[in-house]
Amino acid sequence: MRLTGEKKFCDEITALSGQPVISCYQCGECTAGCPVAFTADIMPNQVTRMVQVGLEEPVLRSRMIWLCVGCETCTTRCPRGIELAKVMDALRETAVARKIKPSEPSISTFHKTFLDSVERMGRVHEITMLAEYKLRSGNLFSDLLLGARMFLKGKLALIPEFLKGRSDIKKIFNKTFGK
Amino acid sequence: MRYAYYPGCSLHSTARDYNLSTLAVCKQLGIELVEIPDWNCCGATSAHALNRDLSIALPLRNLAIAETMGLDVIAPCAACFNRMKSSNVAVNENPELLARMSDLIGMPYSGKVKVLPLLAVINEIGTETIREHVKRLLENLKVAPYYGCLLVRPPETTEFDDPEDPQSLDNLITALGAEVVKWPYKTECCGAGLSISKTEVVLKLTHDILSMAKRAGANCLATACPLCQSNLDLRQSDVEKAYGEKYGLPAFYFTQLMGIAFGLPGTSLGLDKLMVSPEQVLTTGVRG
Repeated sequence: MRLTGEKKFCDEITALSGQPVISCYQCGECTAGCPVAFTADIMPNQVTRMVQVGLEEPVLRSRMIWLCVGCETCTTRCPRGIELAKVMDALRETAVARKIKPSEPSISTFHKTFLDSVERMGRVHEITMLAEYKLRSGNLFSDLLLGARMFLKGKLALIPEFLKGRSDIKKIFNKTFGK
Repeated sequence: MRYAYYPGCSLHSTARDYNLSTLAVCKQLGIELVEIPDWNCCGATSAHALNRDLSIALPLRNLAIAETMGLDVIAPCAACFNRMKSSNVAVNENPELLARMSDLIGMPYSGKVKVLPLLAVINEIGTETIREHVKRLLENLKVAPYYGCLLVRPPETTEFDDPEDPQSLDNLITALGAEVVKWPYKTECCGAGLSISKTEVVLKLTHDILSMAKRAGANCLATACPLCQSNLDLRQSDVEKAYGEKYGLPAFYFTQLMGIAFGLPGTSLGLDKLMVSPEQVLTTGVRG
């Protein structure tokens, strides 16, 4: 594989994440502790290596960047002081900005649906958010029984709470997502 | 003691029992909680997954409101606590970011408000005082203290307890008269926000946690995060089905265990909202 423009991509992710990705020396500590490595396509240490050598496309198209739950185990244990969870955030943000189709569509759809709920009401309203997620993901029948049991336990609020400061929240979304 | 209280979205819905028991035990301990007026969602995992500025601005609006109250903030939800603290750290490290974010939220903010997890405040009160409030000893309860990820990680941000072998919950449980189970999965990740979008990952991770707790001899778990609690409690029957193993481990919020030990009525602690019934462990495990 030809490596081109590596410095540019590494610089870009370094700036966006605020993390010195170049200083990773591949000890593998991040991968050893990663709770989702068992199901991922590339390992966390491979993510930093790919950023270093400028393998933009494969890293931005990886399932790993979406599977990362941000548990901060890698960040806590990195002997080079790289906050890898922030690098994962920066890679997802870059992938979205470049309109790269997420390799884990259910996860990205969930995040978008969650944030849309916050944008509309200022808080998350589980019932409407989950209904919307089901429609968008096409995953209509999962967890219906669980939802019913939660409802019976009074764990789902029926009526959404709307903030007085909804317009403030809307402004924050407009300014950050540049809508 | 008076604090600005940030319940976060979960404590108003799926984690109502955490809210109820938090308010009940804080009242007992003389901790006054004043809910931040018109608070908004902290953005949780989804905001930092997609947009860094958004993930800083959303929590900052709550902190700016808390600043007008002149109070430091308590956030019982480990995820909310982590997002608010991360946001605070980010703006304190970078004055230019603080100015840009204050402009973005349309409110002045100095960066000076302290954000604390509830467990830190309880810890500060000390086990001696906790013991003075105990009316019923949780004698035969064998509790696996489960801290999860975001309460203690990364330590430079959370500035709370040890990231690999935390002790605050262990000490509290001991003060309540229960037995703390030694186990290696105190801070293993439960899969958190993937519960809905990637359920099979959460089932695998919670199976690891539940079966380790069982093998270590626990008859229940104590949690400090609504996401952890719902993955371990709500999803427990799904995990049992998927892995063909029976756990029967109630996953209490630590505040519920405190309330039981303080002699408060079960309904005021939301015990009826637990999916895995705590009845059996409580009838055999509580004295007095």
